[in-house]
Amino acid sequence: MKFLPLVWKNIWRRKFRTTFTLLSIFIAFLLFGILMTVRNSFALGVEIAGLDRLVLINKVSLIMPLPLSYQARLQAMSGVEMVTHNTWFNGIYQDPANFFANIAVDPQPYMTLYPEFKLPPEQMKAWLDDRQGAIVGRDLADRFGWKVGDRVPLQGTIYRPKTGDVWEFNVSGIYDAADGIDKTQFFFRYDYLEENRTLGVGDVGWYIVKIADGSKAVEMSRAFDAMFENSSAETKTTTEKGFVESFATQIGDIGSIMIAVSSVVLVMFGLVAASTMAQSVRERTAELAVLKTLGFTGPVILVLVLAESLFIACLGGGLGLGLAWIIAKQGDPTGGLLAVFTLPSRDLWLGAGLMLGMGLLAGVMPAVAAMQLKITDALRRN
Amino acid sequence: MFWLRQTLAIMLLNLRTIPARLSSSFVAIVGIAGVVVVFVSVLSIASGFSAAMQGSGSRGRALVMRSGADSELTSGLSGAEVDIVRQAPGLARDGQVGLASAELYVIIDLPKKSSPGSSANVPMRGIEPTGMTVRPEVSIVDGRMFRFGTNEVIAGRGANGQFVNLAVGDVVVSGQNRWEVVGLFASKGGVSETEVWCDARTLQGAYRRGNSYQSLLAQLESPDTFDTFRDWLTANPQLNVSIRRENEYYAGQSQTLTRLIQTVGVAIAGLMGIGAVFGAILTMYTAVATRSREIATLRALGFDTSSVVVSVLVESMALGAIGGIIGGGAAYLGFNGYQTSTINFQTFSQVAFAFRVTPDLLGLGLFYALAIGAIGGLLPALRAARLPIPSALREL
Repeated sequence: MKFLPLVWKNIWRRKFRTTFTLLSIFIAFLLFGILMTVRNSFALGVEIAGLDRLVLINKVSLIMPLPLSYQARLQAMSGVEMVTHNTWFNGIYQDPANFFANIAVDPQPYMTLYPEFKLPPEQMKAWLDDRQGAIVGRDLADRFGWKVGDRVPLQGTIYRPKTGDVWEFNVSGIYDAADGIDKTQFFFRYDYLEENRTLGVGDVGWYIVKIADGSKAVEMSRAFDAMFENSSAETKTTTEKGFVESFATQIGDIGSIMIAVSSVVLVMFGLVAASTMAQSVRERTAELAVLKTLGFTGPVILVLVLAESLFIACLGGGLGLGLAWIIAKQGDPTGGLLAVFTLPSRDLWLGAGLMLGMGLLAGVMPAVAAMQLKITDALRRN
Repeated sequence: MFWLRQTLAIMLLNLRTIPARLSSSFVAIVGIAGVVVVFVSVLSIASGFSAAMQGSGSRGRALVMRSGADSELTSGLSGAEVDIVRQAPGLARDGQVGLASAELYVIIDLPKKSSPGSSANVPMRGIEPTGMTVRPEVSIVDGRMFRFGTNEVIAGRGANGQFVNLAVGDVVVSGQNRWEVVGLFASKGGVSETEVWCDARTLQGAYRRGNSYQSLLAQLESPDTFDTFRDWLTANPQLNVSIRRENEYYAGQSQTLTRLIQTVGVAIAGLMGIGAVFGAILTMYTAVATRSREIATLRALGFDTSSVVVSVLVESMALGAIGGIIGGGAAYLGFNGYQTSTINFQTFSQVAFAFRVTPDLLGLGLFYALAIGAIGGLLPALRAARLPIPSALREL
């Protein structure tokens, strides 16, 4: 501890160099944080999807409907706690570029199945009382400036209403949720869709089944699929996690691209840090020899040099990662293309580990060289 | 002239001594090369994707869909509507028959080769015999064309590359349908190479679509008859359709994703560039610091300050150029032609495409590398110029 002032002085002996080393490490970890955030948002928040919720889709493809009659049959099976259905509406708000998910649901069971969506009771009641009611996520409401009571028209791309050209909805409520949960969705009532559409009556998009025992997911999935085998609409059941994951893999290897880029970035800036560190130690060969003459042991010298590089790596990296975290807190910068935009704490820890690693790797070569320095050689060098 | 000779002399001196300062120059080169690799390769994704989409449509063909539908997937046309569309003026004709193909567009689930555990949305298109006539760019590259009236299919080259079970001789089981793959087709790298094609009538039966279709692709007499064709259809009270030129339809679909990739790519490369500038500053600062005595000597001998500045800048830009060439080369070797696929959210289906490292992108990358070198060299160059001669000479 008493050598801290010495380390501090050494760090700042060349202010210009230290400043730029700090800045480049800062940039490296800022980038690392942002890339990991993007990776997370393309993984569609897989970590949070429920394991005791199963998703039944049409075996041919997700776009093919399932009959509404399956609901009763699923409900009747033992081990099933609750069943509800969703229907993808694919409506457009004003312009196709304003894309967001809009889904027809059965309000009461849906909100029970998804306790992570928080809706004030009076707004829930308003939704149940209004056939044209809809609830929207906090992020979506912010994006378009919607308030409770607003009227929102959506252009139906799949379903056309019986009268008029557009579907009209009233915002009954705005749901909130924890960080990392999609708050960009628009849910409206299935009965409203069912009564007013001209085609697809009696169809739903997919079913969500909550099972009593999450560990029986595989057996239950098989049982469901067996029940509808050889019918006109066979099903494919997966856990909700598997469902979201398979969707994320469809987007492609964004995850590995982000990891590849991060690696390039970290190696590149790690090299900068290592080379400056090596150079700054080389410059001080004579001083280190003097320290040794004064009785500093090899290990102490090693620690002094390592402390220096660790300090630079952790200060620069910590600030960079911190800024990335603050940026992620501000939410999606693309205005709605990425539903989830958070920096997971797992990646924060990973970043902290990488900082330590970078500091150690950058410092270890010069530190060992300094430790092994022979006083006589070093003093003679000049 | 004299100034030029001076500058040239120092410049050559600097450049020739780069190998002596290899380890510190190495940092700048690697840094800049890293930036260029990322910059070029990320933008090559966008350029590959948009090339695939833009190579897909022809100006001389029109796509008819139900009005309000944003893609073929959400569109629907009845058999009666299709028959009316075939009467429209402006449509190319072969004898009495209008050159138009009424088509179905559905999605089947097939596993991706890269992750066999999960399935991907592969588009399947039912075409009429005229569907091949209106698309002269399509050619069978393996096997043969499917026979109409059977459950035979042909798969696009890209689809076969990305998804399992689509080689000639394979059988695709989808729900209760069995599709026999009898051929592979190419269409100049366009989006349709990701599709599986079959007879529209067979597909109607398999998907219980009755006598309905989703879109109609029409060959126009000439690209200029588009307005005639569109106006006649939109004026017809029996129809409620929207008509787009095929190339515009595909260009519109590529926009969102292309813009997203470009934004992300430029943002990442921009931030990395700032980092690389710092790397270059450090390198050049070191270069100037280790040579402060030489520089001071030169200036004491009467060399002009500006030639010292220029020489440092040139050295820094030379490092930039080396980094840029290495980075561009690595991006080209590593990523050009790399085949991948992603989901196009507008059609909810997969698009296979290849990364394209174009000469434009390489030029842009090199330019960026030179800019990083120049900006990184500026501060150290000014420092070299301001070096107080007496104290610099006395140093060490």
